[in-house]
Amino acid sequence: MDFINHQLFIKDINVHIDPILPKKTAIITHGHADHARFGHDHVIATRQTIDIMKIRYGDKCAKKFTPLRYGQKYSIKNYDFTLHPAGHILGSAQVLIEKNNHRLVITGDYKVGKDETCKNFKLVKCDTLITEATFGLPIFQHPDPKDEIQKLIRSIKINKNNCHIVGAYALGKAQRVMNLLRQQKYNETIYIHGSLEKLCQYYSKEKINIGKFEKVSSKDKSFYEGKIIIAPPSALKDRWSRRFPNPIICMASGWMTVKQRAKQQGIELPLVISDHSDWNELLDTIKKSKAKNILITHGQEDALVYYCKKQNLVSKPLSIQGRSDEEIE
Amino acid sequence: MKKFSSLLHNLILTPSRNTKIKLLQDYFKTLDINRSYALAILSDQLSFQFIKASKLRELVYEQVDQHLFDYSYDYVGDLAETISLIWPTKKEGKSQNLSTLIKNIKKIKKSEINKEFSKVLSELSNNERWTLIKICTGGLRIGVSERLVKTALADLYNKSVNEIEEIWHGLEFPYENLFQWLKNETSKPKIDFKKLFHPMMLANPINEEKDFKRLDANEFQAEYKWDGIRVQLMVSSNSVSLYSRTGDNISSAFPEIIETTKGDGVIDGELLVGRNFKPSGFNDLQQRLNRKKASKDLQKKFPVFIRAYDILFYKEKDLRKLSLVERRKYLEKFQKENTTNQIDLSTIINFSTWEELTKYKNNFYDDLNEGVMIKLKNSEYLPGRKKGYWYKWKKNPKLVDAILMYAQRGHGKRSSYYSDFTFGVWKENELVPIGKAYSGYTDKELLVLDKFIRNNTTNKFGPVREVKKEIILEVAFDDVFPSTRHKSGVAMRFPRIHRIRWDKPINEVLSIKEFKKEFKID
Repeated sequence: MDFINHQLFIKDINVHIDPILPKKTAIITHGHADHARFGHDHVIATRQTIDIMKIRYGDKCAKKFTPLRYGQKYSIKNYDFTLHPAGHILGSAQVLIEKNNHRLVITGDYKVGKDETCKNFKLVKCDTLITEATFGLPIFQHPDPKDEIQKLIRSIKINKNNCHIVGAYALGKAQRVMNLLRQQKYNETIYIHGSLEKLCQYYSKEKINIGKFEKVSSKDKSFYEGKIIIAPPSALKDRWSRRFPNPIICMASGWMTVKQRAKQQGIELPLVISDHSDWNELLDTIKKSKAKNILITHGQEDALVYYCKKQNLVSKPLSIQGRSDEEIE
Repeated sequence: MKKFSSLLHNLILTPSRNTKIKLLQDYFKTLDINRSYALAILSDQLSFQFIKASKLRELVYEQVDQHLFDYSYDYVGDLAETISLIWPTKKEGKSQNLSTLIKNIKKIKKSEINKEFSKVLSELSNNERWTLIKICTGGLRIGVSERLVKTALADLYNKSVNEIEEIWHGLEFPYENLFQWLKNETSKPKIDFKKLFHPMMLANPINEEKDFKRLDANEFQAEYKWDGIRVQLMVSSNSVSLYSRTGDNISSAFPEIIETTKGDGVIDGELLVGRNFKPSGFNDLQQRLNRKKASKDLQKKFPVFIRAYDILFYKEKDLRKLSLVERRKYLEKFQKENTTNQIDLSTIINFSTWEELTKYKNNFYDDLNEGVMIKLKNSEYLPGRKKGYWYKWKKNPKLVDAILMYAQRGHGKRSSYYSDFTFGVWKENELVPIGKAYSGYTDKELLVLDKFIRNNTTNKFGPVREVKKEIILEVAFDDVFPSTRHKSGVAMRFPRIHRIRWDKPINEVLSIKEFKKEFKID
């Protein structure tokens, strides 16, 4: 595993994984802005991740694109790369790097639970595992998302004169909330913030069931009574949300586990719906991967490093520049 | 319990006062014993004798690895929430109602607490567990004041909230007489007011710019503000008892007061340490606080007395509706009739303009008091911190520039921020911490400091981060004492961050020697 450094850079062949700055060759795990950036020479990713990058940054956001199917091998010198489903959002992938019989997996962001909006996580056995740790504390034990979405549906039934604005990241979480609503037989039109439109259209095109949606427009205030509106979290506090009648502010996020956090952000109806693994899923993945060497990035790594060491696994935190905890998608 | 815990959950997340009132009313409409428990909990009057925060920690350490718990607690910043989330989920038991659950917990024997209470916690849902732990640790901090609870009750039954307020401290669980009266089934409960602890009348800080322009100096009188602990002394022919500001009976800790006091009445005053009515500072008083008993030796070394401010009852006469000036006459009468070496009267400062009072500033600039109280002459004795009657005017704090050394995440609403700061001054070429502060900064300054800490951590000790020594904080504090417990040899009283000194280089910060000299510490 010495071939990769703490910045996820393989110097030997000049390849980066999810680099923050423009690089020559970049393998991109998924389309969120803290992983997929503009301006690389060569992007290697799943077709869907490439599509999403083009939607967000334009067709020319990289000079060259190489789409890979899950499991399709791509080799540079004696390094073999394959992408495997990460279950995080549409197109998300883990990266398996094989070199001289050593298997190294970079999970990227991942979740183990079921999700109809993307291909579900596949466990890849390896010698070295570089895992994320967004929710790497034992307090994070995500509930069944169906129960959480039912809370929203119940609240709509009780509060008929209010509208519900659900804060959800524009890519992935928003569409997952829509899909979960459809799974629970909520068949009304869902109203979306303008910044979600193109991505929602893309999900629909990819045959993800998010149902009927419409961009919020300057209609009469009372029109939105009893409706669900989905918006990026940044819009919740914005003037934008003032146009709606008696809004109940909701948020779909794993952080909503902690009431104090919900309160700080002025969230009235927290929905614990996460696209990351919770504590038990992180431990389970570490165990089942059979890896002896665990590197931990992205978030609350201290507790996970401590746990791994107790299990006699070699473990250390990997601090990747430019990513602060608690702000990532 | 499900219903009550979702009430608390909704209350904590609802910003709107009206919605909170509505939620409370919906709950109080239930006509069973649960609402009595709810009222007791919401007004912080229910607790379990054997289950406090330290016991809860002990229990959670039996369930989960201590380090993992500590990492989590550091992140969440709220004990109840951390325990409720981290507790290993077992199969939820049959949901019990609030009253049954509390009765069952009260029945648990002390020797079986660990086993039995853990079992209770295991059988609850996350939210119920959170609620129960909140009840155990007291002080719900859910954004609902006792006043709001009373308002909700009053509005629900078309009564005035002041009527509830008047009888509140004479009511006891399960508040049957209260509920019956609210529903107009009986008349208002009769309370023997003299035997009760009376919530104290408190002051608001004065706004020098606005208030002095607005207020007529002739309508006010002033007294020195003493740095002791506020007490209420209840005296009758057969008993004397002493209460703290929060209504705790602290008689046994101050036997010299109890033994010597004579008369009949209820006195409001400040408990101070000193001889011949000359106070000797808060540091000395601290030797007498938080003790259940005081040895003869301690009484001799740190004798206490009460400086009386006010009188609420003279014999059977309720004086609370009289003006301050009228009450003072009764207080002087009480003092004359029952003179002891343990009670004296607070001096009244007379002045006719605010400028004149400002001159007194120099007089109260020694270390024995912390400022002046400005009281409306015709104020009734009103419980709580009502606006427009009493003001406090604290003398300017002491200031020192110190270097930010360590930071830790805060608790409660500041739990995602690095908001607890340890700062220090030079000792030769090293820094030595002189104090820790977690208030005083603006929201903006907090954001700047939080960001600096995240980006400039040089070392981590568990939850504590050591940072690059670059930031100078101007720290305000009320006082500083010698201390053998701290490496620096000093202990500050109420330090808070006054501002960030961007303009000052770190080598201009005082040394501990200079610091001690400046603030006269040997």
